[in-house]
Amino acid sequence: MDINSVPQDDSSTYAKNKKAIYAVGEDGKVGVVTSSGWEVEEAATKQALNDLEEHAREAYEVVKSGEKSALYFHMYDVRMDLQVLSESTGFFKWTINKDFHPEKFAKISDKRLSVYSEAMGKTPQELKELPKGLYE
Amino acid sequence: MSNFEHSHSAHCESGVMSSMLRHHGLSLSEPMIFGLSSAMTFAYLPFLKLGGMPLIAYRSMPKSIIKNIRKNLKIKMKLETFRSVEKGEERLDELLAEGKVVGAQTSVYWLEYFPEEMRFHFNAHNLIIYDKKDEDTYLISDPVFEEPQECSAKSLNKSRFVKGVMAPKGLLYYPEYVPTAIDLKPIIIKNIKKTAKKMLNTPVPIEGLRGIKSLAKSIRKLQKGDKRYAKLFLGHIVRMQEEIGTGGAGFRYIYASFLKEASELFNDNETLSEASTLMLEVGDEWRNFALSIAKSIKPKKEIPYDALADQLLGIAELEATVYRKMLEFNGK
Repeated sequence: MDINSVPQDDSSTYAKNKKAIYAVGEDGKVGVVTSSGWEVEEAATKQALNDLEEHAREAYEVVKSGEKSALYFHMYDVRMDLQVLSESTGFFKWTINKDFHPEKFAKISDKRLSVYSEAMGKTPQELKELPKGLYE
Repeated sequence: MSNFEHSHSAHCESGVMSSMLRHHGLSLSEPMIFGLSSAMTFAYLPFLKLGGMPLIAYRSMPKSIIKNIRKNLKIKMKLETFRSVEKGEERLDELLAEGKVVGAQTSVYWLEYFPEEMRFHFNAHNLIIYDKKDEDTYLISDPVFEEPQECSAKSLNKSRFVKGVMAPKGLLYYPEYVPTAIDLKPIIIKNIKKTAKKMLNTPVPIEGLRGIKSLAKSIRKLQKGDKRYAKLFLGHIVRMQEEIGTGGAGFRYIYASFLKEASELFNDNETLSEASTLMLEVGDEWRNFALSIAKSIKPKKEIPYDALADQLLGIAELEATVYRKMLEFNGK
Protein backbone atom coordinates (compact mmCIF):
# COMPACT_ATOMS: atom_id res chain seq x y z
CA MET A 1 0.00 0.00 0.00
CA ASP A 2 1.34 3.44 -0.84
CA ILE A 3 0.70 6.48 1.34
CA ASN A 4 -1.93 7.84 -1.01
CA SER A 5 -4.08 4.72 -0.77
CA VAL A 6 -4.11 4.66 3.05
CA PRO A 7 -7.83 4.96 3.78
CA GLN A 8 -9.06 8.13 5.47
CA ASP A 9 -12.69 7.21 6.06
CA ASP A 10 -13.28 9.13 9.32
CA SER A 11 -14.64 6.01 10.99
CA SER A 12 -16.96 6.62 13.91
CA THR A 13 -15.38 3.63 15.66
CA TYR A 14 -12.08 5.54 15.86
CA ALA A 15 -13.88 8.25 17.87
CA LYS A 16 -11.74 10.97 16.26
CA ASN A 17 -8.53 9.07 16.95
CA LYS A 18 -6.01 8.11 14.33
CA LYS A 19 -4.19 4.90 13.74
CA ALA A 20 -0.60 4.51 12.58
CA ILE A 21 -0.09 2.37 9.49
CA TYR A 22 3.07 1.60 7.54
CA ALA A 23 2.91 2.43 3.85
CA VAL A 24 5.29 3.16 0.97
CA GLY A 25 6.20 6.79 0.48
CA GLU A 26 7.30 8.48 -2.75
CA ASP A 27 10.94 7.89 -1.79
CA GLY A 28 10.30 4.12 -1.75
CA LYS A 29 10.70 3.89 2.01
CA VAL A 30 8.08 2.28 4.20
CA GLY A 31 7.09 4.60 7.02
CA VAL A 32 4.24 5.59 9.32
CA VAL A 33 1.15 7.36 8.01
CA THR A 34 -1.90 8.13 10.12
CA SER A 35 -5.33 6.94 9.07
CA SER A 36 -8.64 8.37 10.26
CA GLY A 37 -10.41 5.09 9.63
CA TRP A 38 -11.30 2.39 7.15
CA GLU A 39 -14.90 1.47 6.43
CA VAL A 40 -14.11 -2.23 6.28
CA GLU A 41 -12.72 -2.20 9.80
CA GLU A 42 -15.55 0.06 10.94
CA ALA A 43 -18.12 -2.45 9.67
CA ALA A 44 -16.50 -5.30 11.59
CA THR A 45 -16.16 -3.27 14.79
CA LYS A 46 -19.75 -2.10 14.54
CA GLN A 47 -20.93 -5.65 14.03
CA ALA A 48 -19.24 -6.62 17.30
CA LEU A 49 -20.54 -3.55 19.13
CA ASN A 50 -24.07 -4.21 17.87
CA ASP A 51 -23.83 -7.79 19.01
CA LEU A 52 -22.82 -6.66 22.52
CA GLU A 53 -25.57 -4.06 22.55
CA GLU A 54 -28.12 -6.65 21.45
CA HIS A 55 -27.10 -9.01 24.24
CA ALA A 56 -27.42 -6.23 26.83
CA ARG A 57 -30.82 -5.21 25.49
CA GLU A 58 -32.14 -8.78 25.51
CA ALA A 59 -30.77 -9.27 29.02
CA TYR A 60 -32.45 -6.07 30.16
CA GLU A 61 -35.84 -7.37 29.06
CA VAL A 62 -35.29 -10.79 30.62
CA VAL A 63 -34.33 -9.19 33.96
CA LYS A 64 -37.21 -6.76 33.78
CA SER A 65 -39.65 -9.63 33.34
CA GLY A 66 -38.33 -11.11 36.58
CA GLU A 67 -36.91 -14.18 34.91
CA LYS A 68 -33.31 -13.46 35.86
CA SER A 69 -31.40 -11.41 38.43
CA ALA A 70 -29.93 -7.97 37.68
CA LEU A 71 -26.48 -9.55 37.63
CA TYR A 72 -27.35 -11.08 34.26
CA PHE A 73 -27.90 -7.65 32.71
CA HIS A 74 -24.82 -6.10 34.31
CA MET A 75 -22.63 -8.86 32.91
CA TYR A 76 -23.56 -7.86 29.36
CA ASP A 77 -23.55 -4.18 30.25
CA VAL A 78 -19.79 -4.39 30.97
CA ARG A 79 -19.34 -6.27 27.67
CA MET A 80 -18.71 -9.61 29.30
CA ASP A 81 -20.26 -13.02 28.81
CA LEU A 82 -20.36 -16.05 31.10
CA GLN A 83 -16.87 -17.09 30.05
CA VAL A 84 -15.27 -13.69 30.70
CA LEU A 85 -17.18 -13.17 33.94
CA SER A 86 -16.09 -16.59 35.14
CA GLU A 87 -12.45 -15.80 34.32
CA SER A 88 -12.61 -12.33 35.88
CA THR A 89 -14.12 -13.53 39.15
CA GLY A 90 -12.60 -16.99 39.43
CA PHE A 91 -16.12 -18.39 39.96
CA PHE A 92 -17.24 -21.54 38.17
CA LYS A 93 -19.78 -20.92 35.45
CA TRP A 94 -22.41 -23.10 37.08
CA THR A 95 -22.20 -21.11 40.31
CA ILE A 96 -22.62 -17.86 38.36
CA ASN A 97 -25.64 -19.38 36.64
CA LYS A 98 -27.15 -19.91 40.07
CA ASP A 99 -26.66 -16.22 40.83
CA PHE A 100 -28.76 -15.44 37.78
CA HIS A 101 -31.78 -16.75 39.72
CA PRO A 102 -33.52 -13.74 41.26
CA GLU A 103 -34.32 -15.51 44.59
CA LYS A 104 -30.80 -16.91 44.93
CA PHE A 105 -29.20 -13.60 44.04
CA ALA A 106 -31.29 -11.76 46.64
CA LYS A 107 -29.60 -13.89 49.30
CA ILE A 108 -26.04 -13.56 47.96
CA SER A 109 -23.31 -13.12 50.56
CA ASP A 110 -21.59 -9.73 50.82
CA LYS A 111 -18.27 -11.39 50.17
CA ARG A 112 -19.36 -12.99 46.92
CA LEU A 113 -21.09 -9.81 45.81
CA SER A 114 -17.92 -7.83 46.43
CA VAL A 115 -16.00 -10.14 44.08
CA TYR A 116 -18.53 -9.39 41.33
CA SER A 117 -18.34 -5.71 42.23
CA GLU A 118 -14.55 -5.72 41.90
CA ALA A 119 -14.53 -7.63 38.61
CA MET A 120 -17.30 -5.63 36.98
CA GLY A 121 -16.40 -2.18 38.28
CA LYS A 122 -19.87 -1.54 39.71
CA THR A 123 -20.90 -1.02 43.33
CA PRO A 124 -22.71 -3.88 45.11
CA GLN A 125 -25.81 -1.69 45.22
CA GLU A 126 -25.67 -1.06 41.46
CA LEU A 127 -25.34 -4.78 40.78
CA LYS A 128 -28.53 -5.52 42.68
CA GLU A 129 -30.65 -3.14 40.67
CA LEU A 130 -31.70 -2.77 37.07
CA PRO A 131 -31.04 0.79 35.88
CA LYS A 132 -34.35 2.51 35.23
CA GLY A 133 -35.55 3.61 31.85
CA LEU A 134 -32.85 2.04 29.69
CA TYR A 135 -33.82 1.06 26.12
CA GLU A 136 -37.19 2.82 26.36
CA MET B 1 9.37 16.61 34.60
CA SER B 2 10.39 13.65 32.53
CA ASN B 3 11.93 14.33 29.12
CA PHE B 4 10.26 11.28 27.63
CA GLU B 5 9.19 11.55 24.02
CA HIS B 6 5.95 9.92 22.93
CA SER B 7 5.61 8.34 19.51
CA HIS B 8 2.65 6.95 17.61
CA SER B 9 3.06 3.30 16.58
CA ALA B 10 1.17 0.67 14.68
CA HIS B 11 1.41 -1.94 17.43
CA CYS B 12 1.50 -1.54 21.20
CA GLU B 13 4.29 -3.88 22.25
CA SER B 14 6.79 -3.02 19.51
CA GLY B 15 5.89 0.65 19.97
CA VAL B 16 6.55 0.52 23.70
CA MET B 17 9.91 -1.18 23.20
CA SER B 18 10.99 1.24 20.49
CA SER B 19 10.13 4.34 22.58
CA MET B 20 11.58 2.89 25.75
CA LEU B 21 14.93 1.97 24.18
CA ARG B 22 15.15 5.31 22.41
CA HIS B 23 14.68 6.97 25.79
CA HIS B 24 17.71 4.99 26.94
CA GLY B 25 19.85 6.04 24.03
CA LEU B 26 19.28 3.13 21.64
CA SER B 27 17.36 4.34 18.64
CA LEU B 28 15.61 1.51 16.84
CA SER B 29 12.46 1.96 14.77
CA GLU B 30 9.28 0.09 15.58
CA PRO B 31 9.68 -2.17 12.49
CA MET B 32 13.29 -2.93 13.49
CA ILE B 33 12.08 -4.00 16.96
CA PHE B 34 9.37 -6.09 15.33
CA GLY B 35 11.81 -7.78 12.94
CA LEU B 36 14.56 -8.36 15.50
CA SER B 37 12.15 -10.11 17.83
CA SER B 38 10.76 -12.40 15.09
CA ALA B 39 7.34 -11.18 16.10
CA MET B 40 5.56 -11.87 12.87
CA THR B 41 3.57 -15.05 12.69
CA PHE B 42 0.15 -16.47 12.11
CA ALA B 43 -1.70 -18.57 14.64
CA TYR B 44 -5.19 -19.97 14.58
CA LEU B 45 -6.22 -21.60 17.85
CA PRO B 46 -9.80 -22.83 17.48
CA PHE B 47 -9.78 -24.26 21.02
CA LEU B 48 -8.72 -21.03 22.73
CA LYS B 49 -11.70 -18.71 22.88
CA LEU B 50 -11.71 -14.96 23.32
CA GLY B 51 -15.17 -13.54 23.83
CA GLY B 52 -16.64 -16.76 22.45
CA MET B 53 -14.48 -16.65 19.32
CA PRO B 54 -11.31 -18.58 18.49
CA LEU B 55 -8.00 -16.82 18.85
CA ILE B 56 -6.50 -15.68 15.55
CA ALA B 57 -3.16 -13.98 15.93
CA TYR B 58 -0.94 -12.33 13.36
CA ARG B 59 1.96 -11.80 15.76
CA SER B 60 3.72 -13.82 18.40
CA MET B 61 2.48 -14.29 21.96
CA PRO B 62 2.16 -11.23 24.20
CA LYS B 63 5.42 -10.38 25.97
CA SER B 64 7.47 -12.24 23.35
CA ILE B 65 8.66 -8.98 21.77
CA ILE B 66 9.89 -7.74 25.15
CA LYS B 67 11.56 -11.05 25.92
CA ASN B 68 13.11 -11.62 22.48
CA ILE B 69 14.47 -8.08 22.31
CA ARG B 70 15.95 -8.53 25.75
CA LYS B 71 17.63 -11.73 24.66
CA ASN B 72 18.67 -10.80 21.12
CA LEU B 73 20.05 -7.35 21.95
CA LYS B 74 21.49 -8.39 25.32
CA ILE B 75 19.55 -5.75 27.18
CA LYS B 76 19.06 -6.12 30.91
CA MET B 77 15.37 -5.83 31.40
CA LYS B 78 13.47 -6.21 34.62
CA LEU B 79 9.95 -7.67 34.59
CA GLU B 80 7.92 -7.54 37.80
CA THR B 81 4.47 -8.87 38.61
CA PHE B 82 2.56 -8.37 41.85
CA ARG B 83 0.21 -10.19 44.16
CA SER B 84 -1.81 -7.18 45.21
CA VAL B 85 -3.01 -3.92 43.70
CA GLU B 86 -1.48 -1.96 46.60
CA LYS B 87 1.98 -3.45 46.09
CA GLY B 88 1.76 -2.92 42.33
CA GLU B 89 0.78 0.71 42.68
CA GLU B 90 3.42 1.38 45.32
CA ARG B 91 6.16 -0.10 43.15
CA LEU B 92 5.07 1.90 40.12
CA ASP B 93 5.18 5.14 42.12
CA GLU B 94 8.58 4.22 43.48
CA LEU B 95 9.98 3.61 39.99
CA LEU B 96 8.51 6.85 38.67
CA ALA B 97 9.98 8.73 41.64
CA GLU B 98 13.38 7.35 40.59
CA GLY B 99 12.80 8.99 37.23
CA LYS B 100 12.24 5.74 35.31
CA VAL B 101 9.83 5.30 32.46
CA VAL B 102 7.95 2.06 32.99
CA GLY B 103 6.25 -0.33 30.60
CA ALA B 104 3.04 -2.02 31.73
CA GLN B 105 0.66 -4.69 30.50
CA THR B 106 -3.00 -3.76 30.86
CA SER B 107 -6.54 -4.54 29.86
CA VAL B 108 -8.02 -2.32 27.15
CA TYR B 109 -11.52 -2.31 28.57
CA TRP B 110 -10.74 -0.57 31.85
CA LEU B 111 -8.53 2.21 30.49
CA GLU B 112 -10.71 5.28 30.78
CA TYR B 113 -9.03 7.22 27.98
CA PHE B 114 -10.03 4.57 25.45
CA PRO B 115 -13.22 5.63 23.68
CA GLU B 116 -16.30 3.42 24.20
CA GLU B 117 -16.05 2.15 20.64
CA MET B 118 -12.66 0.54 21.26
CA ARG B 119 -13.25 -0.92 24.68
CA PHE B 120 -13.21 -4.71 24.54
CA HIS B 121 -11.98 -7.25 27.08
CA PHE B 122 -8.47 -7.76 25.84
CA ASN B 123 -5.81 -8.08 28.53
CA ALA B 124 -2.53 -7.91 26.66
CA HIS B 125 -2.27 -4.24 25.83
CA ASN B 126 1.03 -2.42 26.44
CA LEU B 127 1.78 1.17 27.35
CA ILE B 128 4.41 3.32 29.04
CA ILE B 129 3.84 5.29 32.22
CA TYR B 130 6.35 8.13 32.15
CA ASP B 131 5.34 10.43 34.99
CA LYS B 132 2.63 11.54 37.38
CA LYS B 133 0.71 14.74 36.92
CA ASP B 134 -0.58 14.72 40.47
CA GLU B 135 -1.21 12.22 43.26
CA ASP B 136 -4.04 10.59 41.36
CA THR B 137 -3.13 11.01 37.69
CA TYR B 138 -0.59 9.14 35.62
CA LEU B 139 0.88 10.38 32.36
CA ILE B 140 0.70 7.65 29.78
CA SER B 141 2.42 7.12 26.47
CA ASP B 142 0.07 4.70 24.75
CA PRO B 143 1.70 3.79 21.43
CA VAL B 144 -1.55 3.36 19.53
CA PHE B 145 -2.66 6.91 20.35
CA GLU B 146 -1.34 9.91 18.49
CA GLU B 147 -0.87 12.00 21.65
CA PRO B 148 0.09 11.18 25.25
CA GLN B 149 -2.83 10.39 27.56
CA GLU B 150 -3.74 10.84 31.20
CA CYS B 151 -5.21 8.13 33.36
CA SER B 152 -6.51 8.05 36.94
CA ALA B 153 -4.86 5.70 39.42
CA LYS B 154 -8.15 3.86 39.85
CA SER B 155 -8.53 3.12 36.15
CA LEU B 156 -4.88 2.15 35.68
CA ASN B 157 -4.92 -0.14 38.72
CA LYS B 158 -8.02 -1.87 37.48
CA SER B 159 -6.49 -2.36 34.03
CA ARG B 160 -3.26 -3.75 35.46
CA PHE B 161 -4.94 -6.19 37.80
CA VAL B 162 -7.79 -7.54 35.72
CA LYS B 163 -8.13 -11.32 35.97
CA GLY B 164 -8.70 -13.89 33.26
CA VAL B 165 -7.03 -14.91 29.99
CA MET B 166 -3.58 -13.32 29.72
CA ALA B 167 -4.07 -11.57 33.05
CA PRO B 168 -1.33 -8.93 33.39
CA LYS B 169 -0.81 -9.47 37.16
CA GLY B 170 0.28 -5.85 37.34
CA LEU B 171 3.26 -6.51 35.04
CA LEU B 172 5.77 -3.66 34.96
CA TYR B 173 8.98 -3.70 32.93
CA TYR B 174 11.94 -1.40 32.46
CA PRO B 175 15.51 -1.71 31.23
CA GLU B 176 18.39 -1.73 33.68
CA TYR B 177 21.13 -1.73 31.09
CA VAL B 178 20.89 -0.81 27.42
CA PRO B 179 23.92 -1.06 25.13
CA THR B 180 24.11 1.95 22.85
CA ALA B 181 26.16 0.43 20.05
CA ILE B 182 24.97 -2.85 18.64
CA ASP B 183 26.00 -4.67 15.50
CA LEU B 184 22.54 -5.36 14.16
CA LYS B 185 23.61 -7.34 11.10
CA PRO B 186 24.07 -10.80 12.64
CA ILE B 187 20.82 -10.37 14.59
CA ILE B 188 18.97 -9.39 11.44
CA ILE B 189 20.31 -12.37 9.48
CA LYS B 190 19.36 -14.76 12.24
CA ASN B 191 15.84 -13.44 12.74
CA ILE B 192 14.97 -13.23 9.06
CA LYS B 193 15.85 -16.92 8.74
CA LYS B 194 13.97 -17.74 11.91
CA THR B 195 10.78 -16.00 10.82
CA ALA B 196 10.84 -17.54 7.34
CA LYS B 197 11.44 -21.04 8.66
CA LYS B 198 8.80 -20.67 11.35
CA MET B 199 6.19 -19.67 8.80
CA LEU B 200 7.12 -22.28 6.17
CA ASN B 201 7.78 -25.33 8.33
CA THR B 202 5.39 -25.47 11.24
CA PRO B 203 5.05 -28.89 12.80
CA VAL B 204 1.43 -28.24 13.87
CA PRO B 205 -1.46 -27.07 11.69
CA ILE B 206 -2.26 -24.09 13.92
CA GLU B 207 0.73 -21.88 13.18
CA GLY B 208 2.39 -20.35 10.16
CA LEU B 209 1.09 -21.08 6.68
CA ARG B 210 -0.53 -24.29 7.90
CA GLY B 211 -2.51 -22.15 10.34
CA ILE B 212 -3.78 -19.99 7.49
CA LYS B 213 -4.82 -23.14 5.62
CA SER B 214 -6.65 -24.43 8.70
CA LEU B 215 -8.55 -21.17 8.96
CA ALA B 216 -9.55 -21.54 5.29
CA LYS B 217 -10.86 -25.00 6.09
CA SER B 218 -12.87 -23.64 9.02
CA ILE B 219 -14.46 -21.05 6.75
CA ARG B 220 -15.60 -23.81 4.37
CA LYS B 221 -17.08 -25.69 7.30
CA LEU B 222 -19.14 -22.64 8.33
CA GLN B 223 -21.63 -23.23 5.55
CA LYS B 224 -22.96 -26.25 7.42
CA GLY B 225 -23.78 -24.24 10.52
CA ASP B 226 -25.71 -21.23 11.75
CA LYS B 227 -25.47 -18.22 9.46
CA ARG B 228 -25.53 -15.65 12.24
CA TYR B 229 -22.54 -17.34 13.84
CA ALA B 230 -20.82 -17.54 10.45
CA LYS B 231 -21.13 -13.78 9.99
CA LEU B 232 -19.87 -13.10 13.51
CA PHE B 233 -16.97 -15.48 12.94
CA LEU B 234 -16.00 -13.75 9.69
CA GLY B 235 -16.34 -10.33 11.29
CA HIS B 236 -14.15 -11.58 14.10
CA ILE B 237 -11.41 -12.48 11.60
CA VAL B 238 -11.44 -8.91 10.31
CA ARG B 239 -11.42 -7.46 13.80
CA MET B 240 -8.48 -9.61 14.86
CA GLN B 241 -6.83 -8.48 11.66
CA GLU B 242 -7.51 -4.79 11.57
CA GLU B 243 -8.60 -3.36 14.85
CA ILE B 244 -6.54 -0.74 16.61
CA GLY B 245 -3.71 -2.32 18.52
CA THR B 246 -3.89 -5.62 16.68
CA GLY B 247 -3.73 -5.24 12.92
CA GLY B 248 -3.00 -8.36 10.85
CA ALA B 249 -2.33 -6.72 7.52
CA GLY B 250 -0.73 -4.02 9.63
CA PHE B 251 1.86 -6.51 10.83
CA ARG B 252 2.71 -7.47 7.26
CA TYR B 253 3.29 -3.79 6.48
CA ILE B 254 5.45 -3.37 9.59
CA TYR B 255 7.50 -6.36 8.52
CA ALA B 256 7.82 -4.97 4.99
CA SER B 257 9.21 -1.80 6.53
CA PHE B 258 11.67 -3.88 8.55
CA LEU B 259 12.83 -5.72 5.40
CA LYS B 260 13.33 -2.41 3.62
CA GLU B 261 15.35 -0.99 6.50
CA ALA B 262 17.38 -4.19 6.68
CA SER B 263 18.03 -4.02 2.92
CA GLU B 264 19.50 -0.53 3.38
CA LEU B 265 21.77 -1.71 6.19
CA PHE B 266 23.14 -4.38 3.87
CA ASN B 267 24.10 -1.88 1.15
CA ASP B 268 20.71 -1.89 -0.54
CA ASN B 269 20.53 -5.64 -0.70
CA GLU B 270 18.35 -6.65 -3.65
CA THR B 271 16.89 -9.82 -2.16
CA LEU B 272 15.65 -8.06 0.95
CA SER B 273 14.29 -5.16 -1.06
CA GLU B 274 12.33 -7.60 -3.26
CA ALA B 275 11.10 -9.43 -0.18
CA SER B 276 9.90 -6.10 1.22
CA THR B 277 7.93 -5.34 -1.94
CA LEU B 278 6.39 -8.82 -1.89
CA MET B 279 5.47 -8.43 1.76
CA LEU B 280 3.67 -5.17 0.99
CA GLU B 281 1.63 -7.12 -1.58
CA VAL B 282 0.84 -9.70 1.10
CA GLY B 283 -0.45 -6.89 3.31
CA ASP B 284 -2.60 -5.63 0.46
CA GLU B 285 -4.01 -9.12 -0.10
CA TRP B 286 -4.97 -9.39 3.56
CA ARG B 287 -6.76 -6.08 3.23
CA ASN B 288 -8.56 -7.31 0.12
CA PHE B 289 -9.60 -10.38 2.05
CA ALA B 290 -11.00 -8.15 4.82
CA LEU B 291 -12.86 -6.20 2.16
CA SER B 292 -14.42 -9.39 0.74
CA ILE B 293 -15.56 -10.35 4.22
CA ALA B 294 -16.99 -6.91 4.92
CA LYS B 295 -19.09 -7.24 1.78
CA SER B 296 -20.38 -10.69 2.68
CA ILE B 297 -21.37 -10.03 6.29
CA LYS B 298 -23.81 -7.28 5.41
CA PRO B 299 -27.42 -8.11 6.25
CA LYS B 300 -29.26 -10.21 3.65
CA LYS B 301 -26.05 -11.04 1.81
CA GLU B 302 -25.10 -14.58 0.93
CA ILE B 303 -21.68 -15.64 2.15
CA PRO B 304 -19.35 -16.94 -0.61
CA TYR B 305 -17.68 -19.44 1.74
CA ASP B 306 -15.58 -21.22 -0.85
CA ALA B 307 -14.45 -18.01 -2.52
CA LEU B 308 -13.33 -16.60 0.85
CA ALA B 309 -11.49 -19.81 1.71
CA ASP B 310 -9.79 -19.80 -1.71
CA GLN B 311 -8.77 -16.18 -1.26
CA LEU B 312 -7.13 -17.14 2.03
CA LEU B 313 -5.27 -20.01 0.37
CA GLY B 314 -4.04 -17.51 -2.20
CA ILE B 315 -2.62 -15.39 0.60
CA ALA B 316 -0.84 -18.43 2.05
CA GLU B 317 0.71 -19.06 -1.39
CA LEU B 318 1.89 -15.47 -1.70
CA GLU B 319 3.28 -15.47 1.83
CA ALA B 320 5.23 -18.63 0.97
CA THR B 321 7.00 -16.83 -1.89
CA VAL B 322 8.11 -14.05 0.51
CA TYR B 323 9.51 -16.50 3.03
CA ARG B 324 11.34 -18.42 0.33
CA LYS B 325 12.76 -15.13 -0.92
CA MET B 326 13.86 -14.29 2.64
CA LEU B 327 15.68 -17.63 2.85
CA GLU B 328 17.70 -16.69 -0.27
CA PHE B 329 19.25 -13.85 1.74
CA ASN B 330 22.75 -14.92 2.71
CA GLY B 331 23.80 -11.86 4.69
CA LYS B 332 25.97 -10.31 1.97
